[in-house]
Amino acid sequence: MADLINKFLPNVVANWEGDNGFVTAIWQTLYMTFVSALFAGIIGIILGILLVVTADDGITPHKVLYNTLDKLVNLFRSIPFIILLAVIGPFTKLIVGQTIGPTGALVPLVIGTAPFFARQVQLALVEVDPGVVEAAEAIGLSPIKIIFRVYLREGLPELIRSGTLTIISLIGLTAMAGAVGGGGLGNMAISVGYQRFENDVTIVSMLFILVLVFVIQGIGDFAVRKLEH
Amino acid sequence: MAEQNGIIQLKNIDVTFQNEGKTIEAVKDVSIDVQKGDVFGVIGYSGAGKSTLVRVINLLQQPTAGSVIVNNQNMLQLSQKDLRKARRNIGMIFQHFNLMNSLTVYGNVDFPLRDSGLSKADRKKKIDRLLDIVGLADRASNYPSQLSGGQKQRVAIARALANDPEILISDEATSALDPKTTTEILDLLGRLNKELGITIVIITHEMDAIKQICNRVSVMENGRLIEEGDLLSIFGNPKQQLTKDFVNTSTHIGSVLDEIRESGIVDKLSGRLIELNYIGDSTNEPIVVELYKRFQVEANILFSNIERLQNTTVGIMLFALTGDDQKVEEAIQYLNGLNVNVKEIGLKKEGK
Repeated sequence: MADLINKFLPNVVANWEGDNGFVTAIWQTLYMTFVSALFAGIIGIILGILLVVTADDGITPHKVLYNTLDKLVNLFRSIPFIILLAVIGPFTKLIVGQTIGPTGALVPLVIGTAPFFARQVQLALVEVDPGVVEAAEAIGLSPIKIIFRVYLREGLPELIRSGTLTIISLIGLTAMAGAVGGGGLGNMAISVGYQRFENDVTIVSMLFILVLVFVIQGIGDFAVRKLEH
Repeated sequence: MAEQNGIIQLKNIDVTFQNEGKTIEAVKDVSIDVQKGDVFGVIGYSGAGKSTLVRVINLLQQPTAGSVIVNNQNMLQLSQKDLRKARRNIGMIFQHFNLMNSLTVYGNVDFPLRDSGLSKADRKKKIDRLLDIVGLADRASNYPSQLSGGQKQRVAIARALANDPEILISDEATSALDPKTTTEILDLLGRLNKELGITIVIITHEMDAIKQICNRVSVMENGRLIEEGDLLSIFGNPKQQLTKDFVNTSTHIGSVLDEIRESGIVDKLSGRLIELNYIGDSTNEPIVVELYKRFQVEANILFSNIERLQNTTVGIMLFALTGDDQKVEEAIQYLNGLNVNVKEIGLKKEGK
């Protein structure tokens, strides 16, 4: 077995440990994915809820706030991620003190993902039956309680679906951020595997990313199945 | 004597919507006064403004003009917080039930109780009692998707009753149900009215639903309230065309008349076609017998419908009178003198 691995994946073995090795790269990718998912998740949920409740037919309509958020979300969603990485360099430095490495990648990842997720949250929550929202209003629930007890509760399966989708697209972005200095499996695949013609490294990097995607999709699907009645 | 203040008093309510530059007047200058203990029906076709009107009662719909007094509270002057408190006194059920799909039957009934300050044990006691009232005690752990339409509406009724409201609003609550289930749900509402003394406002487009439990009726058309009265007067003596249409659909007299006109019966009929409406105890037989005895006029009964509304008989009869012209005229005079509503029907097809 070990012989086989040595024979077919020599560069993977050579690059397995150490600061620039596979083990580090996997941790870096997981770190970038989950830390930015956490922040983008919080920001996205807040923005998404605001977009739903301040809309004209929402429970607390607010034209100015809705239009501002709507435009901001569109604006940030329109910037290609690779350009966003470069443009917000100074801002990144201000917040996390560095622009390279996995931590330097966090800021652009959050900014690149949060608006996308906000839209997904909005779409998930407007699917919640307006009749149920009306029933909750008739029962005498406050807007904040309607958000937590109706929107987030009834919309939960759909939110998990969007969350799964967002994390998977986020993994794609970490690979891109990695290639321009963020580290992780994307960096491994490009600056080691591709640029040094060590194809086995590229392929194994890709396989690790695929495994990550499948695991996350599986967890998401399982949670949705458990929640839907 | 000053009239008793109703539990729901809507005065001169206007509701207008702006839609793509167009102004839509959904409710125009409507006033209703619902007394405590009433089962108040609002009937009209869809788009008549009924739903909009009843939503003004708990201010789910803000009126453009008018005043809303519920339980002697001016609803329009309440703070948001007080309005939410006032809403707990007004239960509401809907056409599409509007249950939380993510909660069980038990959870749905518990939903309004979570803010009630009751302990978990007290809530359980209350929920069990409510589910017992609506006949779903054995379904507590089911999810709405596992229930039939009628069962879902029962859960919605239990939920609406959770905060012990004095008023229950039913927004087309039986319109999505089959006739048998509709009758069961209406029976349940009628029972709640009698046993709990809860005031009910029902909106519907079915006269049968009104007939079954309402004691007072309002008829709406194009945002206006066109006729109002107690059930017997609306049913026995409708004034507006729309009201007559609703009553006719319910008694089937309309379709019978059409049928008579369409079919060849008309040509074979001699004499005059009379429609008789009456309220109160009286039977068909004596009138028919009486007509023959007194005037030697034969009454050929083509259609008859007798119903019991609020323990009073409401009847409608259609017959052709044949005999000597003079005698028939006298017979009609005689009928007019009785406590019945006599109407002669033209035999010709009505140009539509």
